[in-house]
Amino acid sequence: MLGDTVFWVLSVAAVVSGAMVFRFDSMPRATYALLLSLLCVGGLVIQLGLDYLGVVVILMMTIEMAIMAVFMVMFMMNPAGLMPMSMVHNTKGAAAVCAGVFAALAVGILLAPWPGRAGTMPDADPTKALGLALMGPQMLTMMTLGVTLFATIVSTVVLATRRGRYDRFGDDLRTRPADDPVRGGVGR
Amino acid sequence: MNLELFLLVAAALFSVGLFGALTQQSIVMLMMGLELMIGGVILAAAAIWHYIAPASSDGQVLIVLAVTVMAVEMAVGFAVVTALFRQREVDMTDEAAELRG
Repeated sequence: MLGDTVFWVLSVAAVVSGAMVFRFDSMPRATYALLLSLLCVGGLVIQLGLDYLGVVVILMMTIEMAIMAVFMVMFMMNPAGLMPMSMVHNTKGAAAVCAGVFAALAVGILLAPWPGRAGTMPDADPTKALGLALMGPQMLTMMTLGVTLFATIVSTVVLATRRGRYDRFGDDLRTRPADDPVRGGVGR
Repeated sequence: MNLELFLLVAAALFSVGLFGALTQQSIVMLMMGLELMIGGVILAAAAIWHYIAPASSDGQVLIVLAVTVMAVEMAVGFAVVTALFRQREVDMTDEAAELRG
């Protein structure tokens, strides 16, 4: 009973706040609506018995949305939402596509002959099972994720840097003095 | 509560996110739609793990993968927006259409 109540509250809150993300005018408000939606997803994951992953989702989304709020304010022309604004295109077509996608998914969910539960819940902590899987049979997944994250760090820095050392010192890094748009520094 | 209910909620989150990703003109708002879609994937993976295959950890590994995809998508998305804005002062999807076929 309590579980049902928690499920419905979290589910409705997740979907409604997810929809409100695209209704709010104010950018911080939209960001925090998305945060609320993803926190509810984390709560549902915890309710399904995955305490560790649920907490990871909650902590990660909190930080991610805090960063996102900064970017929203940076990049939107009307961050405070003091005037109503509409920055959308092709609403009708998108609504039709999304209704179709949801209908197709719902039909699949309701009609699919889902198999029964295979095996029992692990007696031990599911977190321990996850750790053993990641360090054992799923090691390749873990290594791929690690390399992907490292590549992401490198590529984001490259993309976000305005002028790197190759711009300043030439392709062979030997140009002196550095080719800077503004002169300055010791001896220049 | 059963598997179907959880999956329906996940499908609703996915569809709402898809709507946002398709309609929003701002690239940052578009990424918020993508986040919602991945949130739906996370919920579906957790439900599948709980109701169908709790003995194996594959569902949990799928959640780890989805969370990583979320982080990578955010980081690369913001880096691309920053680079695009630096280059051409563009932050709308309609103005960034060079690769249109």
